[in-house]
Amino acid sequence: MPDPLIDLREVTKTYEEGPPALDEVSLAVHPGEAVAVLGPSGSGKSTLLNLIAGLDRPTAGSVTVDGVRVNGLSERASAKFRRASVGMVFQFFHLLDDLNVADNILLPAQLAGMPRAEARDRAAELLGHLGIARHTRAYPGRLSGGERQRVAVARALMNRPKLLLADEPTGALDTASGADVQALLRDLNADGQTIVLVTHDMALAAGCATRTVELLDGRVARDVPTAVAS
Amino acid sequence: MSALGKVVRAGVGRRRLQSLVMALTALISVAAAVLAIGLIETSRAPFDRAFGRQQGAHLTAEFDGSKATEAQLRATADTAGVAAAAGPYRVASVRVRMPQMPAGDEGPALTVAGRADRAPDVDRVDLAKGRWAKAAGEIVLDQDAAAVVPIGTKVRAGDVELEVVGIAKSAGRSADAWMVPAQLAELDQGRAPAYQMLYRLDDAGSRADISRGRAAVAGALPAKAVTGTQSYLTVKQDVDSEAAVYVPFLTAFAVIGLGLSVLVVAVVVSGAVTAATRRIGVLKALGFTPVQVGRAYVAQAVLPAVVGVVLGAVTANLLGALLTDEVAATYGVGTALIPLWVDLAVPAAVLALIAVTALVPALRAGRLRSTQALTVGRAPSPGRALLVRRLLGRLPVSRPVGLGLAHPFARPARTATLAAAVAFGALAVTFAVGLNSSLAAIQADRQRTSAGDVLVQSGPGGGPGEHVPAPGAEPQKPADPAKVAAAVRKAPGTKSYFGIARTEVRVPGATGRTTAIGYAGDARSGAYRMIDGRWFRGEGEVVVASRLLQAMDAEVGDTVTLTDKGRTVELRIVGEAFVLDDDGMAVVMDQADQRRLTPGTRSSEYHVTLRSGSDADAYVAAINDRFGSQGVHAVKGDSAGIRSSSIIAMQAMISLLAAMLVAVACLGVLNTVVLDTRERLHDLGVFKALGMSPRQTVSMVLVSVAAVGLVAGAPGTLLGVALHHWVTPEMGATAGTRLPDATIDVYDASLLALLAAGGLVIATLGALLPASWAAKSGTAKALRTE
Ligand SMILES: Nc1ncnc2c1ncn2[C@@H]1O[C@H](COP(=O)(O)OP(=O)(O)OP(=O)(O)O)[C@@H](O)[C@H]1O
Ligand SMILES: [Mg+2]
Repeated sequence: MPDPLIDLREVTKTYEEGPPALDEVSLAVHPGEAVAVLGPSGSGKSTLLNLIAGLDRPTAGSVTVDGVRVNGLSERASAKFRRASVGMVFQFFHLLDDLNVADNILLPAQLAGMPRAEARDRAAELLGHLGIARHTRAYPGRLSGGERQRVAVARALMNRPKLLLADEPTGALDTASGADVQALLRDLNADGQTIVLVTHDMALAAGCATRTVELLDGRVARDVPTAVAS
Repeated sequence: MSALGKVVRAGVGRRRLQSLVMALTALISVAAAVLAIGLIETSRAPFDRAFGRQQGAHLTAEFDGSKATEAQLRATADTAGVAAAAGPYRVASVRVRMPQMPAGDEGPALTVAGRADRAPDVDRVDLAKGRWAKAAGEIVLDQDAAAVVPIGTKVRAGDVELEVVGIAKSAGRSADAWMVPAQLAELDQGRAPAYQMLYRLDDAGSRADISRGRAAVAGALPAKAVTGTQSYLTVKQDVDSEAAVYVPFLTAFAVIGLGLSVLVVAVVVSGAVTAATRRIGVLKALGFTPVQVGRAYVAQAVLPAVVGVVLGAVTANLLGALLTDEVAATYGVGTALIPLWVDLAVPAAVLALIAVTALVPALRAGRLRSTQALTVGRAPSPGRALLVRRLLGRLPVSRPVGLGLAHPFARPARTATLAAAVAFGALAVTFAVGLNSSLAAIQADRQRTSAGDVLVQSGPGGGPGEHVPAPGAEPQKPADPAKVAAAVRKAPGTKSYFGIARTEVRVPGATGRTTAIGYAGDARSGAYRMIDGRWFRGEGEVVVASRLLQAMDAEVGDTVTLTDKGRTVELRIVGEAFVLDDDGMAVVMDQADQRRLTPGTRSSEYHVTLRSGSDADAYVAAINDRFGSQGVHAVKGDSAGIRSSSIIAMQAMISLLAAMLVAVACLGVLNTVVLDTRERLHDLGVFKALGMSPRQTVSMVLVSVAAVGLVAGAPGTLLGVALHHWVTPEMGATAGTRLPDATIDVYDASLLALLAAGGLVIATLGALLPASWAAKSGTAKALRTE
């Protein structure tokens, strides 16, 4: 078996007050997997994702992604790590409202210093691939929820990250748009993209995940492979 | 605690930084305003109080006794416009020799009045010590004329010995000393008698009023009977000017401070309102009335302002005590602290101003509809300034820099306040730098003692204090002036030199002592800085100090008659010079003219320019070796200049105030950037999730602010120059003098460029902290705030 892409060892995260949001969680995710993290509200799903992305630091334990000890990185190094290895998609899209679609998608490449022409080609490729090419010059405020999430996914994939993280990607979408995003993720995974997906939505998990992890009060309560329905 | 109180307290607590900025701003503006207004008051009050109590003379006039009789003079009391009069008293200029003055020094010339009555209708002189003169052989000295002379001291006027029986204080400075009329008549024997009349006028508010009074009195007498007059306004200015010089620039700083105050309060309160629209919505949904909401936000601004205002008043009093002590001491009227009403009124006014400033956004907050407040969009509408954005997007700069450059266009109102804060800071710096340069120029120009490489001083000259030898020491035998002159002339190191003699003369329009400064030799290298006209070229010409020229009511081109002990010399005024020596009451002329007036006058100081390569130290040592025991003293030119302590004090105060204002400007920037980054926390979180490094975040924030700073620095600097060009001559005017152009034109292109770049510095300093906070802010948390 190849080395895991994500390797969490006894990770604990405690905020200033209250019980730990994550309590000695150990988890390994291998390249090509699509892991759905399920659990009730407040069980620590977003916290888990933030730790993997290096947006936050664990109180104890180690987080290793693609061979990098994420929890030991400086702010600067973790920014570089994210640029290179991680793409993120959020429930509320988090697009920058005052930049148009193309500029939003170009941002990660620009931050990483990718040559202009290469970045433009990559953006065009993604826009075409995700079916939003006609919105290139539009501002996010004018797009539908589903379209916005496609833009967010395009932006996350811009730097060809090994890992795509998604936090409730369908949480703010109607059923049809949700199904749309589900199909998109499944296709990406089929092409070899490793995905960690946080969701409440059992159907989404069943629809595009190869494995399901269930959190309860900050602990892994269940970890089972899913038979992907095609 | 009421619900409202809780809301206010929570609001102030949550916005600790903004509250601090607000308090500091209020502190500084109140300190400057209280100082400015307090100093105007204290500098005026001691004179006015004493002058009023003494029924001081608005107009002191001297008359030629050979042209008008005593009866004629007495009758001038009934002239139209004269409210009350005293006199005629005989007056004379008498040299009074204090004990311990070296032999040969006859002492300073004092204006002595023969007056039996201490408290007539006009000029009811106060006695500081002792009693009034009752008999011949007694003299009463004015406090200013006789620094510290104990009662009972024996002084000499020529051959006559006099006992000091009292020390008095005439607020209107009608004379330097008094004695019984018979004694003065005896001293002044053999000369045409001169008389003094003291008038109070019906109207005495302005110089024009005094001039009218003078004309009326002169019109009632035979021609040329009036030989000189003195206006109380001139005396008052003398007393007031020391502190009054501070007033124009303190006022300017106070206004800048207030402007910054209003700006910062407006930014903070409207920022608080914008940031808290949701909170306001909640408050209103809970049942707060619009007025209650408005009041809550005004209170949030006023609470910290009260703290700042109180501390500001305290600061002003501490600073003011340092300054006013000196003023009070010179006038002998106890400690003149800042008046209580200023301490109360100014802070109250500033507080009211802040409250009104806060009221505007607070009322807006109050009027927000609940639903509106709960649903207002977070991000600015994207359509704004798209063209600029597109253009900036083309610039070959990294993405963070491009985003930073575009940001100011997204929030024009906020950018404007940021620019205003920077401009105020640049204005304050420019103004302060210019003012300090002007003061340095004045410092350099006010005396000519630094002309030449070596200064050789031989007595007699200066006031009585300089001649007091060490206790027990024999009075020095003065050197022969001719020998000193010859030694300077023959010394091998001398390349050129000129001599200066100081004598006292009378000038029409200025009663009291006027210093005549006579030059011998190549005087041009020792010229005072000219304000108008030119330096004198030889005999028959005179250069008049600006202040004296104004007191004389004369101008360049006029002819002036100088008088000393019955001799007169007519000279043409060819120039107005910037002279602060001798209280700015000086005439500068050729020594030949001076000798015609005061025969036997010899140079008392020589300014020597050395041949290149000669040793100044050796030169100085040689002169001091030869004449040192005879009261001659040589020093190197650069060490001879005496720096005015009041100018140094002013420079210190200007630097302090400017530093305080720059600090506030920086805090204003900081405050704005903090508000801004707080609002953009979400966007910053997204940037970081996408891999923006801390450095990139810092540079993005810094660039957006620095660009504004760079642009706002220029107008701020220009305004500072304009303010300086307006305030500096105003300071000269309060000191009674016009200023040379060189004193005012202190900015050159490179300095201006540097000052304009100061805006960039202020903006960067102010933005540095919030930028690094933005870079460090918790991303996960920022993304949660949805
Ligand atoms: N920044 C924070 N400060 C304090 N507590 C936090 C913070 N972020 C999360 N928590 C707490 O940690 C626990 C886990 O939160 P987390 O956001 O990871 O839950 P979640 O599983 O994503 O919930 P949801 O399904 O509602 O998004 C919660 O109790 C939450 O209140
Ligand atoms: Mg969550």
